[in-house]
Amino acid sequence: MSSIKLRAVVALSGLALACAVNAQQAAAPKKAPAPAAKKAASESKDAVTAEFEKFREMMEDASPAELFEAKGEELWKTRRGPKNASLEQCDLGLGPGVLKGAYVQMPRYFADAGQVMDVERRIVHCMVTLQGFKAEDLARQPFSTEAGTPDPVSLVTYVAGQSRGMKIAIPQKHAKEREAYRLGREIFNFRAGAWDFSCASCHGEDGRRIRTQELPNLTSRKDAIRAFQGWPGYRMTGGLMHTLQWRMNDCFRQQRFPEPGYASETIADLLTYMGVNANGYVYKGPGIKR
Amino acid sequence: MKTFQASIFGAAALAIAFSAQAGDDSDQAVSMIKRDFHAKGIAGMDRLNEDGLQAMCNRGRNKPPKAVADRLQQDQMQAIKYPADGKFLGDWKSGEGIAQNGRGMTWSDSGTAANGGSCYNCHQIGPNETSFGNIGNSLHHFGKIRGNSPEIQKYTYGKIYNAKAFSLCSNMPRFGHSGTLTEKQIKDLVALLLDPDSPVNK
Repeated sequence: MSSIKLRAVVALSGLALACAVNAQQAAAPKKAPAPAAKKAASESKDAVTAEFEKFREMMEDASPAELFEAKGEELWKTRRGPKNASLEQCDLGLGPGVLKGAYVQMPRYFADAGQVMDVERRIVHCMVTLQGFKAEDLARQPFSTEAGTPDPVSLVTYVAGQSRGMKIAIPQKHAKEREAYRLGREIFNFRAGAWDFSCASCHGEDGRRIRTQELPNLTSRKDAIRAFQGWPGYRMTGGLMHTLQWRMNDCFRQQRFPEPGYASETIADLLTYMGVNANGYVYKGPGIKR
Repeated sequence: MKTFQASIFGAAALAIAFSAQAGDDSDQAVSMIKRDFHAKGIAGMDRLNEDGLQAMCNRGRNKPPKAVADRLQQDQMQAIKYPADGKFLGDWKSGEGIAQNGRGMTWSDSGTAANGGSCYNCHQIGPNETSFGNIGNSLHHFGKIRGNSPEIQKYTYGKIYNAKAFSLCSNMPRFGHSGTLTEKQIKDLVALLLDPDSPVNK
């Protein structure tokens, strides 16, 4: 535990250094000579991406995400909430308290809730049923801000760390799990709102970019892993720890939709569709995102 | 307006009838979304009510039956509001700012500032902006290639106002139809693309 913390502190100072380097690059003139506009775009994109990949590789052994894993472990084992209970009896699908491999096998169907749940939805469920927290309180400010990191975020990060290096194997045995996949695919393709966008508008084809940001094609197996890998992630933009619940939320914001409910069935189904597409790939654990 | 709505409704009903199979999952997913989402800021729940075109493109996986698609596309075309003064070319410099600006219409936008067109998010346009997306085609030399005739000006205005009038399930938002951009803003974008003085055509 203390060694995890120490490594994370070392990682954070490395991050600060890398951010300083980035800031310096940003200050340098970014405009390229006019005739080579198209070429310059792909080159500058490659340079930024390569720089980030190098940084991520460097950080992989001692990621700032580990700080949140440590915090999550503490939260998991501490008696808390109106019922003064720990989460050690929380069943993430492999039996009460079994964490190894649980993250890479979610979302899955939980008979006790009669629902398909992604990891965050399940942890919230356990915090409500075992510890007596109120779901609406947990949903009030579910995402990390400068003011702090909500407990479920740290808990998800801890649980995810217990599947590091394991193969993604999201189950499709139960009829409800197969239904979640099908409905998730519909949600992914649902065009609405002011700009007629669906998830597929940006994530339905190979090789697409918004500005210089590469967009994974989440309908293809080879790219689907990119939606899973690196989450929960320590995001360099803003320096905050975020989970896939946040990622889905911010995508819907940019889709010009109203806001999806936190830990809702819609998000669980969407994550089922995206997760199952990534089955078979090795999960590297909580990561770092741009 | 009434007949326009009626024909959209008719086409949507037809479209739904066409794909009863996929329709069950689709209907279930849509009800779930409507149950699970809530209004936030300027993004109201009305945004989840598909209009005829969205319903068609959703049910037809963006390749709806041709007869229905043609009908709907015609409706979109007829609903384009062209400038009353008959002028299409605004100020290309202001157009560049609108093309750069990616803000507007999200729940974190106030709704009081002018919206952007998010054009560079998806298109290459002016030669000095190297950070551009590629969901749309390159618009570099748009006017240099096509010229600057009144027909091209009208076409360009219409395409920005409502891209779906030209390709029903296009990825491009309907910037005029949705109320995202004003008539003046669209004219400025037309100028960015067509004005011989615009860097796009140098």
